[in-house]
Amino acid sequence: MTVVLYRVDERLIHGQVVIGWGYQLRPERYVVVDDVLARSDWEQDLYRLGAGDADVVFTTVEDARGSIARWRDESERSIVLTRDIGTMLALARGGTLSGENVNLGGLHHEPGRTEVLTYLHLSPDERGELEALVGEGVNVYARDLPDAHKVPVETLLS
Amino acid sequence: MSEQGVLGVVLAHGAMAAGMVDAVRRIAGDAADGLVAISNDGASPSELKRRLESAVGGQTCVVFVDLPSGSCGATALASAMDVPERCVLCGVNLPVLLDFVFNRGLPLQELLPRLVEKGRGSIQAMASG
Repeated sequence: MTVVLYRVDERLIHGQVVIGWGYQLRPERYVVVDDVLARSDWEQDLYRLGAGDADVVFTTVEDARGSIARWRDESERSIVLTRDIGTMLALARGGTLSGENVNLGGLHHEPGRTEVLTYLHLSPDERGELEALVGEGVNVYARDLPDAHKVPVETLLS
Repeated sequence: MSEQGVLGVVLAHGAMAAGMVDAVRRIAGDAADGLVAISNDGASPSELKRRLESAVGGQTCVVFVDLPSGSCGATALASAMDVPERCVLCGVNLPVLLDFVFNRGLPLQELLPRLVEKGRGSIQAMASG
């Protein structure tokens, strides 16, 4: 194993991830799976500022699906990030992430979303994506920081 | 730039911005009117951008952020791209903000290096054990 965390967080590489999770998991690489950012050099530069000494890779969903097995097998420790549930679901389709744990860490208030936890707001479509993610064999839970309470997906969807 | 000078926006995690602006007000009084506090608390990236733009309007400003990265830093940097009347300064501390509120009448190109020097100079080992 060396994908040490799969996380959905619309802020991607930011304080909670780099400091809160980073100090505990010691990642050597952040993999950001995002079709838009994979084509935006200036936005990539902004996110790289926050990653410290760790390597940062921006990739499309398609390329990530082809690379995920390699990331798991490598000795380098990776955190895989998406900024929405739909992208994580696209990555998980066909059992790619079956048996893996996916952390929901930050989806905030937007029109059409309702609050589930202070740091987690979901729209009806996102609830459907969450159910589909579970259907792909993924263990989904919410936890913004490593020492925070872990909330299972059943509670999120109830 | 307004008659009073450059606007200062403190954009930081949790209650830090409000606490720092409050501290400036307790020390400098009404001079703190030149500062606006914004928290990233509960904000999506788009909401944080909206909060910042709403505070700044079209004014010349310095956006003070806590960390050089993360949601606050990234929002501030993205907002300042190709906007010459907007600067971003990271690693905000109280001496920087106090210097800012008393010198915000200076042009940005003079003000910014002054603030950087003030901020760095205020971090000192005063009792090294």
